[in-house]
Amino acid sequence: MKARNDDFNDRRKHLKQMSDEQLKAYFEKLTDQMIDPLLELAYTHTTPAIERSVLMRMGFSSLEAKALTDKMMDYHLLEHGSGHVVFQYAQMNHLSIREAGLKLLDTNEMIKIVEVFIHENN
Amino acid sequence: MKITDKLDIRAILSDLESYRPRRRGWIWRDKKPIDIGPFHYVQASPSLKNSIPLPSARHLNHIDPQPDSTITTEIASGRFEDDIRRMRMAAWHGADHIMVIRTAGQSHMDGLLEGTPQGVGGVPITRKQVRAQRKALDMIEDEVGRPINYHSYVSGVAGPEIAVMFVEEGVNGAHQDPQYNVLYRNINMIRSFVDAAESKKIMAYGGMAQIDGAHNANATARDAWKVMPELLVQHAINSRMSERIGIKPDLVCLSTVPPAAPPSPDLKLNLPYAIALREFMGKYKMRAQMNTKYMDSSTREATVTHVLNLLISRLTSADIQSTITPDEGRNVPWHVYNVEALDTAKQAMMGMDDLLSMLELKKTGYLYDQKREIQERAVLMMEEIIEMGGYFNAVEEGMFVDSGLYPERMGDGIARKINGGIGANTIIKRAKDYLAPVTAHYGYNNIEQYDKTFENDPAKLIGGSTFENAELIQYIDELDENDNVNNRLDDTEKYRSTSLMKPEVQWLGDGIVTLDLFFPTDERTAEAAALVVAKNMNLAQTEVIHKEVLHPSEGTRIQLKGSVQFDIDVNDLVLPEKEEVLEEDDIIAYVKDHPIKVVAGTGGSDEHSVGMREVLDIKHGGIEKYGIEYLYLGTSVPIEKFIDAAIETNASVIMISLIISHDDVHYKNMEKLHQYAIEKGVRDKLILLAGGTQVTPELARSYGMDQGFSRGTKGRHVASFIVKRMKEMYED
Repeated sequence: MKARNDDFNDRRKHLKQMSDEQLKAYFEKLTDQMIDPLLELAYTHTTPAIERSVLMRMGFSSLEAKALTDKMMDYHLLEHGSGHVVFQYAQMNHLSIREAGLKLLDTNEMIKIVEVFIHENN
Repeated sequence: MKITDKLDIRAILSDLESYRPRRRGWIWRDKKPIDIGPFHYVQASPSLKNSIPLPSARHLNHIDPQPDSTITTEIASGRFEDDIRRMRMAAWHGADHIMVIRTAGQSHMDGLLEGTPQGVGGVPITRKQVRAQRKALDMIEDEVGRPINYHSYVSGVAGPEIAVMFVEEGVNGAHQDPQYNVLYRNINMIRSFVDAAESKKIMAYGGMAQIDGAHNANATARDAWKVMPELLVQHAINSRMSERIGIKPDLVCLSTVPPAAPPSPDLKLNLPYAIALREFMGKYKMRAQMNTKYMDSSTREATVTHVLNLLISRLTSADIQSTITPDEGRNVPWHVYNVEALDTAKQAMMGMDDLLSMLELKKTGYLYDQKREIQERAVLMMEEIIEMGGYFNAVEEGMFVDSGLYPERMGDGIARKINGGIGANTIIKRAKDYLAPVTAHYGYNNIEQYDKTFENDPAKLIGGSTFENAELIQYIDELDENDNVNNRLDDTEKYRSTSLMKPEVQWLGDGIVTLDLFFPTDERTAEAAALVVAKNMNLAQTEVIHKEVLHPSEGTRIQLKGSVQFDIDVNDLVLPEKEEVLEEDDIIAYVKDHPIKVVAGTGGSDEHSVGMREVLDIKHGGIEKYGIEYLYLGTSVPIEKFIDAAIETNASVIMISLIISHDDVHYKNMEKLHQYAIEKGVRDKLILLAGGTQVTPELARSYGMDQGFSRGTKGRHVASFIVKRMKEMYED
């Protein structure tokens, strides 16, 4: 930002008449206004770290979760959810969640899942 | 665990794969008024089962009142195994919130670390390290009799995974604030906020206390007190975001530091700010941190600043009172300084107990005007951020951590690019079928495509996540066969399993000692001279850690550290004999048959009588309790008067208290007493006893006393000695 002098006395004119309670309520209103878009952004987006954390909660180690997420990122699958991919593969092949995830890591089966998601989203 | 046994680090590390934490979530102290001895405390919590009281408690029946605030200590020497021992010492001194700082650079690691590598300036936070420390803290909290909260950091580019691991491992609190990533770690701002929402949701589920990162603005800004309006804005963003994601307000903690420190007018700057903050954000908890911005290498100066910070806490509020070790300005904190900082907090908080029942903060004038001005400036800053298009745009423009007092801007704020930084361009828009079949997931989650009834419990789709079924957790032991705790323990094994020992400041066997020196010369000469002293004392790795000019030419104080190059074999040590204490009934019986009269007082020009009264009075368990009669001569009694009074009253014992030790005056007075008794021809009829904090029994005897008594002496020790000596004198 460009440097500027302290113009507090000019800027505060509209605040001057507020009671302490009114000022606090206004501060809280502005806070919500500022964070609304941040929460909305988080609601509709995900990240590799979030997806790794989902896989950890599904019973994968940090190393497995990272390798799986990296692989899914290469296949542009993370938008469906890393846990979704493993869940879908487990259902398709009647595997446990853990078996499904490890198989996706060790084989080239990921491409099959891509086809399923392309198909389902069309 | 027995108090007399050291923690067995290898035992703690064994069978870790099957350890499960005993609880989740944060625990506040049981705050309530309490009566201890003759005192009524208001801002207090129950005493501990085992603790080390303040040194002066020796004169107050060893009471150890505990404040109402949770007390934090930060322990992270780089070797978590050595930190475990410090945690036990800290808990005995009142810590119930133990915070582990992460190793340098961990926030930039894209994923979790595993194993137990050594850290730099902190500890690599891993599942194994966390599990071992939580397991040790379970034992320690049982020993002291109060729950201990364990805490580290949920930040960086692996925040959500760390949060998951923490909830799985029973970590009770964490720092979480996306603004910290953005401003100080240059992690992409969009990534930071999206990750943060997930991390907060996970922490909320685990009942963890969250501490924000606003205090870093104080530590970074050129003039720390000018960022006060911005601090309100930063606190508000993180707190309100956390609350809306689901963290209960009583677990949303604001990390607040009094921004200024002496020699600036501390309270005039800090108090209005502290009130402004608590008024605007009263529904959340205050974690009062201490000022580090202006910290130098003087531990004394740091301690005074911290006591002023504690005064602010007592004049306003502190739910968690953090402590900063007074040596932080010179090195990674050492054992003893964690304990000193804890004692400083306990001493000051209990010393200022219930302060506001006697004082009132003024509602008009300077204090009010300043408070209101800070609040208005914060509101104006928020208005402008919104006008700029929101938080991200404002950060990009360099609105934050500017050294001007808002609305003044100096143009030197920290600016970050919306699409820059670590982890830029890694956020992904969730597709319509996006699914995360786990507990504590934030945001859009299309469960209904599989089973609408699981909408509030997505993990049911997979039969439960690790949060419900701990057996699903995958434990990794070590990844690096060279850099791990087993090898470090092997290197120092002789100090664990043999009788060898070394002095230590942070790591077992580090051998580090401190020299405190004064030289009658200028600073540069003194520093060079100190290094010669260290060399001649055979210290290795010497380093001057503190210099203080007493006068430009008359003198300089130097504190220097170095490591000793030898081991001590405990088996070769000759310990002074421990005086045998007689059974109370035996003393009473002897005194009944052989009445004993004592003449007592403080000798020379010594006005210190507290210790003496304790050894004499029945009320404190003194010798009177055993039927021993005493004549108290008072304070500053001339030496000759002790002997004359003993002759006059036919007393057989003289007890002289000598606290002042300057120029060995205490030993000189002992010799004088002894000589005068000889002169008067009564030495063989009298038992001469000297006591005082600086009295060494062996030296007292060499100056003609029958016995000397030092710190911690009780009436029973003295009475036992008198009876034994009388028996020797008259029964032989």
